[in-house]
Amino acid sequence: MSVSPSGDAGDVDQAPVGRDASPGTLEPAGAAGYGPETLASLTADAAEIVARYPDPRSGLLPMLHLVQSVDGYVSRAGILFCAEQLGITAAEVSAVATFYTQYKRKPNGKYTVGVCTNTLCAVMGGDEIFDELSEHLGVGHDETTDDGAITLERVECNAACDYAPVMMVNWEFFDNQTPQTATEVTDRLRAGEDVAPTRGADTVCSFKQMSRVLAGFPDDRAHEGVGAGEPTLAGLRIARERGATHPGGAAGQDTTPGEDAR
Amino acid sequence: MTDLLPVLTDTWDAPRSWRLSTYEKHGGYAGLKKALRMAPSDLVQTVKDSGLRGRGGAGFPAGMKWGFLPPDDGGPRYLVVNADESEPGTCKDIPLMMASPQHLIEGAIITSYAIGCNHAFIYVRGEVLHVYRRLLEAVAEARRVGYLGTNILGSGFDLEITVHAGAGAYICGEETALLDSLEGLRGQPRLKPPFPAVEGLYARPTVVNNVETVASVPGIVDRGSDWFTAMGTEKSTGHGLFSLSGHVTRPGQYEAPLGITLRELLDEAGGMRGGKALKFWTPGGSSTPLFTAEHLDTPLDYESVGAAGSMLGTRALQLFDETVCVVRAVSRWTDFYAHESCGKCTPCREGTYWLKQILHRIEGGEGQDQDIDVLLDLCDNILGRAFCALGDGATSPITSSIQYFRDEYQAHIDGRGCPFDPSASALFPYTPRTPMPSAAAASGQLVGAGGGGH
Repeated sequence: MSVSPSGDAGDVDQAPVGRDASPGTLEPAGAAGYGPETLASLTADAAEIVARYPDPRSGLLPMLHLVQSVDGYVSRAGILFCAEQLGITAAEVSAVATFYTQYKRKPNGKYTVGVCTNTLCAVMGGDEIFDELSEHLGVGHDETTDDGAITLERVECNAACDYAPVMMVNWEFFDNQTPQTATEVTDRLRAGEDVAPTRGADTVCSFKQMSRVLAGFPDDRAHEGVGAGEPTLAGLRIARERGATHPGGAAGQDTTPGEDAR
Repeated sequence: MTDLLPVLTDTWDAPRSWRLSTYEKHGGYAGLKKALRMAPSDLVQTVKDSGLRGRGGAGFPAGMKWGFLPPDDGGPRYLVVNADESEPGTCKDIPLMMASPQHLIEGAIITSYAIGCNHAFIYVRGEVLHVYRRLLEAVAEARRVGYLGTNILGSGFDLEITVHAGAGAYICGEETALLDSLEGLRGQPRLKPPFPAVEGLYARPTVVNNVETVASVPGIVDRGSDWFTAMGTEKSTGHGLFSLSGHVTRPGQYEAPLGITLRELLDEAGGMRGGKALKFWTPGGSSTPLFTAEHLDTPLDYESVGAAGSMLGTRALQLFDETVCVVRAVSRWTDFYAHESCGKCTPCREGTYWLKQILHRIEGGEGQDQDIDVLLDLCDNILGRAFCALGDGATSPITSSIQYFRDEYQAHIDGRGCPFDPSASALFPYTPRTPMPSAAAASGQLVGAGGGGH
């Protein structure tokens, strides 16, 4: 059930260049291979990105995230679009796009499922979680299931070592995983169910929606989810029990330990 | 006995801790109000007097870094916050920004005012979606009440903050690579000098500071440098987040004065998991030389950790118990460095590639007798010759693990494979997929036994 290296089998969250075109019609490509409507909205968003920086070139990373929010990967059209917006060559854009692991060179699944297999998570069980998921999904690292739902990855340390073993789904935290919890998450994602991360928004969004946020366009979900998980608060809990405080501080402020978020 | 003390963590258990209103209710933005009534040069002096040292790993005095900026020439100057937390084991800035982003925003405003910056940037790694959401919203909240924008609180000071998401590259935690990345280029380190203080972002004077460093500034300004120096040691002042992970009973964030020991922290964290013995640990992330149980009482301050042969780094304490194979651990870290090497300089690009091959062959039971010496020779040719600290960091786990566990490497070579059962280190039971290759494993010898004892 693994797919070809191009990863283009039956994907629901991806479309080839010229995605505005309905089947059977060959819409004339816009300036960079996009249909006119897509091109217009991309151009408006790109202008907003560029306006955040003293130098327009600084907008390239967010602009590549933006391209992924439309195409589900950094397409040829997307590279040409960025080059045109910034007045640089396609080669210069490609050089940047190929340097960073979050930019995909082939259509990505609706969900990127990344298992941390850096040393600490690997030793605590991450290696077995990855192997189990790989077997369960029938794909290896950087491959996509043939329903287009999941791209499986080994990921490097994601700054959540106190929650090891960690899995990321579209870069939301799934803490303290086991092979069973990880396969359940992927089963539910493939069944189209809403899945909640341990620390993050109430539900995991799609790869394209995530990419739009990373381009700097908020989705108004910042206030969803918790402020901290238990390990984040481990030291604070003990200090509170003891009434410990810094020099001149007032212990036991009007916080309510145990009551997070909501 | 050094005790835990909550400063940065103090609001993290509050309901909706990430909201501006929560932060203000707990005294937030008192530092900014005080700072805006001070001369910028006095703020720089206050931070110098506090002894605050960079919390991103290098430990460079923050006030001195600010003081390196050349005199104002009328052109722009920048603050860039390094929120690209990616060093293996390091997990303090991400939870800080998730739980209390306003701490960072207030610090960034005060720092910008102190150095004469009107446009600051927070470069956060792209692989933490919800943290990026929280930061964008924190900036928006601060702007709505006039902490950002023009004429902040009637002071005449203007500031915008742009939160910028990276796209997956460990090297962008290196400050000059981060600047190149922020300029829309491949994230590769720059030749220094010129240092960022003179030619940084867009070749303008720039301060690059770590998240925790910047977040520590409001407290120093509000309570004074004496308050800060009352914590920690003489040369390593103040509070710091100590991140315990691995085979510890209660992993997590423990905020304490610098100089606390791992033994003290372990007491707080319930000791090692299941009462097993501590085998090796990193004091400050995978790029800092390994410590063992003999370093349990080393004070975790810059000087003491340095004198004991490692670096305080980011206080990322990854703890591994006796079930863990040190060769497996180091081999995996080496995969990481090889993957993340930016390719700019030959010692790191080629060196990490060869280190990885040799470690894989030792781990896989095909090690050769001279391999340990070849590893050390390779490390010797990388250390000090690479363009930036990534190459140096790649050698740390290898040379230190050979120093403390050379016998264990030799056992992999002699026994034609790894004598450890990987499932013994995991947090859940499972049956290893591939039978262990070595005869020692087959006979049950060494499996789960104390490491290094063969």
